[in-house]
Amino acid sequence: MRGEGCCPTMDLMRSEEMQLVQIIIPIESSHLTLSYLGDLGLLQFKDLNADKSPFQRTYATQIKRCGEMARKLRYLKEQMVKAGIAPSSLPQAPPKLDLDDLEITLGEMEAELIEVNANSEKLQRTYNELLEYNHVLQKAGEFFHTAQRSAVAQQRESEGQQSAESSLESPLLHEQEMSTDPSKQVKVGFISGLVPKEKAMAFERILFRATRGNMFLRQEPVDTPVTDPVSGEKVAKNVFVVFFSGERAKTKILKICEAFGANRYPFPEEFGKQLQALEEVSGRTKELKTTIDLGLLHRDSILKNIASQYEQWSYLVRKEKSIYHTLNMLSLDVTKKCLVAEGWSPVFAANKIKDALHRATLDSNSQVGSIFQVLQTKEAPPTYFQTNKFTTAFQEIVDAYGVAKYREANPGVFTIVTFPFLFAVMFGDWGHGICLFLCTLILIIREKKLSSQKLGDIMEMMFGGRYVIIMMSIFSIYTGLIYNEFFSVPFELFGKSAYACRDSSCSDATTAGLIKVRRTYPFGVDPEWHGSRSELPFLNSLKMKMSILIGVAQMNLGIILSYFNAKFFRNSINVWYQFVPQLIFLNSLFGYLSVLIIIKWCTGSTADLYHVMIYMFLSPTDDLGENQLFPGQKMLQIVLLLLALVSVPWMLIPKPLLLKKQHEQRHQGHQYTALESTDESVEIEQASHENNSHGHGEEFEFSEVFVHQLIHTIEFVLGAVSNTASYLRLWALSLAHSELSAVFYEKVLLLAWGFNNVVILIVGIIVFVFATIGVLLVMETLSAFLHALRLHWVEFQNKFYEGDGYKFAPFSFALISEEEE
Amino acid sequence: MYGFEALTFNINDGYLEAIVRGYRSGLLTAADYNNLCQCETLDDIKMHLTATEYGPYLQNEPSPLHTTTIVEKCTLKLVEEYKHMMCQATEPLSKFLEYITYGHMIDNVVLIVTGTLHERDVHELLEKCHPLGMFDSIASLAVAQNMRELYRLVLVDTPLAPYFSECITSEDLDDMNIEIMRNTLYKAYLEDFYKFCEKLGGATAEIMCDLLAFEADRRAVNITINSIGTELTRDDRKKLYSNFGLLYPYGHEELAVCEDIDQVRGAMEKYPPYQSIFAKLSYGESQMLDKAFYEEEVKRLCLAFEQQFHYGVFFAYMRLREQEIRNLMWISECVAQNQKTRVHDSVVFIF
Repeated sequence: MRGEGCCPTMDLMRSEEMQLVQIIIPIESSHLTLSYLGDLGLLQFKDLNADKSPFQRTYATQIKRCGEMARKLRYLKEQMVKAGIAPSSLPQAPPKLDLDDLEITLGEMEAELIEVNANSEKLQRTYNELLEYNHVLQKAGEFFHTAQRSAVAQQRESEGQQSAESSLESPLLHEQEMSTDPSKQVKVGFISGLVPKEKAMAFERILFRATRGNMFLRQEPVDTPVTDPVSGEKVAKNVFVVFFSGERAKTKILKICEAFGANRYPFPEEFGKQLQALEEVSGRTKELKTTIDLGLLHRDSILKNIASQYEQWSYLVRKEKSIYHTLNMLSLDVTKKCLVAEGWSPVFAANKIKDALHRATLDSNSQVGSIFQVLQTKEAPPTYFQTNKFTTAFQEIVDAYGVAKYREANPGVFTIVTFPFLFAVMFGDWGHGICLFLCTLILIIREKKLSSQKLGDIMEMMFGGRYVIIMMSIFSIYTGLIYNEFFSVPFELFGKSAYACRDSSCSDATTAGLIKVRRTYPFGVDPEWHGSRSELPFLNSLKMKMSILIGVAQMNLGIILSYFNAKFFRNSINVWYQFVPQLIFLNSLFGYLSVLIIIKWCTGSTADLYHVMIYMFLSPTDDLGENQLFPGQKMLQIVLLLLALVSVPWMLIPKPLLLKKQHEQRHQGHQYTALESTDESVEIEQASHENNSHGHGEEFEFSEVFVHQLIHTIEFVLGAVSNTASYLRLWALSLAHSELSAVFYEKVLLLAWGFNNVVILIVGIIVFVFATIGVLLVMETLSAFLHALRLHWVEFQNKFYEGDGYKFAPFSFALISEEEE
Repeated sequence: MYGFEALTFNINDGYLEAIVRGYRSGLLTAADYNNLCQCETLDDIKMHLTATEYGPYLQNEPSPLHTTTIVEKCTLKLVEEYKHMMCQATEPLSKFLEYITYGHMIDNVVLIVTGTLHERDVHELLEKCHPLGMFDSIASLAVAQNMRELYRLVLVDTPLAPYFSECITSEDLDDMNIEIMRNTLYKAYLEDFYKFCEKLGGATAEIMCDLLAFEADRRAVNITINSIGTELTRDDRKKLYSNFGLLYPYGHEELAVCEDIDQVRGAMEKYPPYQSIFAKLSYGESQMLDKAFYEEEVKRLCLAFEQQFHYGVFFAYMRLREQEIRNLMWISECVAQNQKTRVHDSVVFIF
């Protein structure tokens, strides 16, 4: 399509060109048209009925139907989960399914399941009741048994006592008691049943209070949790038997039982009847069990049948629902014969959309075709980048800060290289880099498998950013080679070290006795530096200067991108009064510093750059003395300082004035343009209305613009200093990383090695491995990632990036299925 | 911690305050109510509510809906939110949250006792109880025959026990007695809550005492209006008024002798905050009084959210949510009974 020829396509540099299109669809083919457009997924519909509430819209009933079907599907799914049947994800050849048919099928399925469930629930309830009864019979039987035994024992005892002390009075008393008993006898009844364990205490208390203590309660916990017949949940319960006297007490107790959800069961007093009941219960339990099993089997077969088609159905329902939702966004024509759609689409998709419309017209046997036309508008179009699986994650990094304005220069392109690189500068160790690389490689190799299954939160994040991480690891292998660190150990990979000892007296710990014997080490840091006394000063100076170079380069890139933005949007004010002074300001100070650094590196001069920079501001006219790097430096510094000073008001003052002038000019010709625009497009009253209101809101307020520019200038001037300093984090984190890994290597691994003991060595290795993985590979990666993120979002992007656009959200079935679950 | 809430409040209660403010932003707005009022059927209401915070609670309800289902599910949401907050709360916030439910407990007790008096089924009554006011032995209330038994059997275990000290009589329960019991309990409850809030001090005391005073005054007016024309003596009536609030003590004396609604009005109009409420009503009218009071209450509750670092927001949120459920119930009833013209009669917009 585009970008054919020698150059690769530059899709990512700027977002796709969009256009506002209007489609007029005859009502009979509207459903099919939208279904084709959803398959295509390149059109974002505008809601033309925003003022109507959901149920006032045209297709509200259909959406309600879809919602109802979705509910039925959820019910079926719930049932499947309960039964432990997973919906098969096998993509079957989909037989053409109609929504109406599906609705009927679903209704039938649901009704059948509900009936089956109700039946089995009834059975289950009886079954559980029988089980509870069984418990009561057993436990209560025990009560009575033990009570009887103790009673017998007591009787025997008392009899024994009687015979032993056969005094004169005692038989008389005894007789008296015996004789009074039957006359006064009240009927003692009892109730037995089960009460939930947690309520048992309160139950007892209430019973006691209600009967004023005239009752006797025995409780015994049931060992295994019992399924409650009413709720169907497993609850720990107690078997209770409560004895009472009198009818009033009975009614009270019955009420209390009811209130506490205690199930009562009749308990035969005679032992024989108990046995009989027990037998009967167990017999019926068995019978019920087989019936229930049969019912379950039946239900499972229904569910399996559903499971095989579940995915397909739910996809269809979701699709239909989204179609009707979108149809609701279209406005109905006055004649009620066609629907009018408005929406954004990429320019390149115009032919595809036309094709889809054409197909839909043919397939639906509609007599009138759909009409496709492009509208003119001043509204800001959505931002759309065509990303692939590699670039998506990088674009996400940028989008997380803010979606690019329409057609604005996209920092995402540069992020692909600079982000992993800045990360690697802080994470320079090729041992760690290789570990990270291998881990991510697994993710990438298993990409197909992993992308289809559900991962955990953290895994999901790792998996989403797998290409970012792999780039980061490759770059950190590269910087690791430059730093010459492999788990903090240097290697002589690229030839021998350039330095050697002058004589035998010089030790490893000092570089004083070293002399250069060979050619300079060809790549990266000479291994001999490691472990020497001047290692830190050397590496610090190197990394600090490197950080500044990288920082200045990236900030310059940002400023240059602002030029491309200004040029693209034909904004010459921004070029001359923002881009140019900014470029001059940054480079006259920090660009100059970078040049000095490079000169110092090349010439091997011992000039103090701090001194040079500080005195450039404090006393620019003083002689540089020993710190002079090249002739004419003093003159150059004065010129640069003056340039920097000039560029501040240059940034501040002209732009607001020019904007004011521009506005006044435009205001004079305003009425003409407004009239023209209304003439041009009669059909978009709405759009023009918005235009008007927009123009109205564009009241030019000079003080506001000026304050804005003032803030902007101050931010840039101060930012130039603070952002450059901010890049020093590259050095700081890199230092922290190498020091940490050196500590783990020396203080854990080497120390353990020194003991010459296998156990200690193994412990040492384990500690080393875990410290390396936990601290260096996980935590350090995270922190370096965050710092790289910050450098991009703040230091780089604030130079040019507006990020106030909104994302292109097309109506697409592919996105719908991703969205839900 | 008096006066230093900003310093220490967040140690224990900052999280929950954030939570409750989040919950508050889920309350239905005027736009929502406008849409709801235009609904034609209960299904429309359901569809609209599924787009709000109530979504997860209503979406699995099969289609022929009833008003009770809607209200039940909405209450369920409130209860779950309350339970969540209760789990996270520490003293004294947990105590405060418990206090909020006592009102429902009193209502539930009265409901069950009245129900059993009229020989309704206990389970049916239990379903009607507000879930926030449930306690373990609530069902056994049905056993009691008189107040003394009621207290001795069941209520002694509940937090309501201390409030009962004033109304233990051996008289048999009847409608009048129960109503008096309810009001005595409420009086004791409000006074206790008031004292508790005063003890907490700081912004909590300031805001809660204000809200509770309003509640007490409203109850006083309602008691007066409801007791006009009954055999309740003036002294008895006065005994039911809570001993705090704007009307205490002189307003109470005036209210106690009122014989009709206009006298109430006369007594109340002496108090500037209530003047505006009565100014909305025409003379002799008491139908709209409830709504006017509710509106005033909602206004005050919303204001409670304007300050930070106090417990009033929890009380306010619970009350606002309850008001919202009342609104939903009214709207659904109107829609269900085809009385759409009356929709606006009783709906109190919250925002």
